[in-house]
Parts: sequence; structure tokens; C-alpha cells
Amino acid sequence: MNVTIIEYGAGNLFSVRAAVERLGHSVTLGSQPGEILAADRVIFPGVGQARSAMDKLRAAGLDEVIPALRVPVLGICLGMQLMCERSEEGDTAGLGIFPLEARRIEGDCKVPHMGWNRIVDPQPPLFDGIREGEWFYFVHSYYLPVSSYQVAGCRYHALFCAALRRDNFFGCQFHPEKSGEAGERVLRNFLDWNGHERA
Amino acid sequence: MLAKRIIPCLDVKEGRAVKGVNFENLRDAGDIAELSARYSDEGADEIVFLDITASHERRTTAREWVARVAGVTRVPFTVGGGIASERDVEALLRRGADKISINSAALDDPSLVDRLARAFGSQCVVVAIDARVERGTWRVYRQGGRVTTPRELFEWADEVTCRGAGEILFTSMDHDGMRRGFAVETLARLAGRLPVPVIASGGAGALEHFRDVFTAGKADAALAAGIFHFREMTIPALKEYLARENITIRL
Repeated sequence: MNVTIIEYGAGNLFSVRAAVERLGHSVTLGSQPGEILAADRVIFPGVGQARSAMDKLRAAGLDEVIPALRVPVLGICLGMQLMCERSEEGDTAGLGIFPLEARRIEGDCKVPHMGWNRIVDPQPPLFDGIREGEWFYFVHSYYLPVSSYQVAGCRYHALFCAALRRDNFFGCQFHPEKSGEAGERVLRNFLDWNGHERA
Repeated sequence: MLAKRIIPCLDVKEGRAVKGVNFENLRDAGDIAELSARYSDEGADEIVFLDITASHERRTTAREWVARVAGVTRVPFTVGGGIASERDVEALLRRGADKISINSAALDDPSLVDRLARAFGSQCVVVAIDARVERGTWRVYRQGGRVTTPRELFEWADEVTCRGAGEILFTSMDHDGMRRGFAVETLARLAGRLPVPVIASGGAGALEHFRDVFTAGKADAALAAGIFHFREMTIPALKEYLARENITIRL
């Protein structure tokens, strides 16, 4: 299986790559449309600022490639937010896969939301084998609101989206590659997902 | 609600883990990647590595151990020691570190904090502060606690936070190595005034010390070295104890 991590200059990919390799898969770093179109699984990471990350995706011609993918795609952290319609961060348009907008965390709490927090109502297939209230590692200042696409929530300033899914597109706000055994399980669930719902 | 974090700290010299008391009588403690993987598997919420390799012995390639650690560690980790420029930080992040910690370099040039926060984001910039009480004032020290500075703890913590530090790692030199508990009152004052998380360091010796640092001390995380290395306390036993004491902890 060809697992490709999209490399577009937004954040370091070392940890994601190491986590996938620990699960026994070889990893390709892809920055060209051709490389990404040839993948069996695509991981779309991202750290940094939404607008500059979108600029980099457009410059590489990836803003049209990613939404057209038919294989399973996992957006992580900023990658997940960029899969949405818009982000308040730098007031930028995203890839439009989810009709949602990333907003800044506001309330009586520290920003960024950084550390280990519990998820609520985790759904298969991404969260197969994961218990209600399992801990994951988060680092972010913007969040996605609760929606019908949500497959796990998290409580901080309010209830927000910890993970979501639409067809072959998955996203998680936390960092599975930094979330211990539970994170490893989420990555494995994503990589092992064969495109069919469980009965 | 965020979990309170338990953070083992490993000293690294020339790519090997070392154990010692107050930087003296250093003994080889094993392979750094193996130790890191073990802590990560045992439930450490984060790991801090302090590179105590003398600066004249440190080459740019000497930090290849960071990549080995990143390959086997399933939780976030921080690297400190001898970091003085954007280039140092970039090299560490590229090798897989999640955060970096600066201490003396920030005292030499406080604008380094601003520059690192701007370039890499506050979330990966930890400022470590070593201090001890002198004539009623918390005096900041540099170079691993060997050299005094004119800075005062609370003012310095305020300043680096304003400049963009994402976390403060405070070590009370008066408590460090004594194993009689953390500097709880001072930590509570720090946590109460800073808008960023505070990591408590220095003084861990018993389970109750960790409970107290999170309740009365209001710390977001607690760091310890010796008691974990010498297996006097294991992380699973500590975390189970804290959970029983109704501390929010990741189990």
C-alpha cells in the first residue's frame, strides 16, 4: 500500500511519517499532483497559519487535486481545517470539502488549546476500538464547530469538533501521531479502512 | 478539560542519557531512544530532554539523537540545552522535536523569544527559568543555575510571556534535589498571573508532592528526573494515585 504524506512546506512531517512507519507501512512524501494521485492513502498534515498554507497549496496546484481524490484522505490539525470552506485565520478560503468555517477559540480559557483532552461520542470506522472519553493530544487556536459531519467531539471553551468525515475524507483536530496508543489506533483504523462501512 | 501532565526529564550528553546529582558524578543511563520509548509507553504525557553536552563539544550533527527519539516516541517531546538561534530551532523541529526550551539564550537576548514565537509559533517555545530566593526575592540564574542575573522571577516570566513564550518551565533551585516537595506557593502565584501553562520542576520526592503541585500549586504540568530514572516511583503508579486523588489525569 502506498501511503503518501502531502509535503507543501507547512509544518514538519517527521512525526507523522514515523508514526505511519511504526505501523509497518512505507511512506512517500508527495509534493507533486502526480505523486498524490498515485497514492492508496493520503495524509494531509499541517502546522502554521491557514492563509499561508493555502497559498502554498495553490502554488503547488494541490488545491484542485485534494478535493478530487477518491482514496481515503486524512487531514490532521490545520490539514483538517483547510479541508473546510473557510478559515477565520487570515480570512482565507479553504478546499471546500466540508461546508464549515474554522473559528478562533474564544472564552474563559487559555489559547492555544494545548495538551491532552478527552473526546466524546467517537464513531466508527475512525474510532473503532476507542472508548468514550479517550485522551488525545491537541495543539490549536482555531476550531471547527459541531456539525453533522462530526465523528468525535471535544469539550474546551465549548463542545467542538475533534474529528469529522465525509465519504472518503476524514479529519482530526488532534495529533494522532502524538497521542500514544490511542492515536496509533486511529491512524491504523484510517489506513486499514477498505472503503466499506462495517455491517 | 485538559489533563495535568507528568513529564519525565532526561539529561543527554553526546547522544547518551546520563544520570547524576546536580550535574556531578554522571553515569551512563542507557540509550536515549530506548528510555524515551519506555517513558512514552508507560504513560508519560510529554518528555523533556536537556542536552548538557558542553557547547564546544556540540556539533550540528551531534543532535541526530533527536531523530532517533522522534522515531520511537508516541507523545510530544521538548529539547533544551544550548539553543540560541532560529537555525538551532529549525534543525531540532525538522528532526521531529515538538517544542524547544531556551534559558540562558533568552537572558542574553530577550528578543530571541519574540523571533522564535513569530517564526515557529508560541506553542513550541518553552522558556525555562531557574531561580532561588535571595534576600526575599526570587533571583533568576543562568547557565544551569551557576551564574546569577539581575532578573527577578515574576517580572522575567511576565516579560517572556509577553514576548511570545508558550509555556514556562520553572525550576526552584531551592527545592531541586531536596525531594521535599515543589515550590507550591510560588508556583500558584506564577500560574495565577501567567496566561500560559506553567511546568513545575524541582523537589519531587513523593506521590503527595505531585498532588500538591497540581492542587495548591495550580501547575499545569510537573517535571521530575531522578525519582523516575532510579525507579523510585513509576509513572503508572503515580498517575493511578493522582486519579484517586481526583486530579484530572490521562490514564
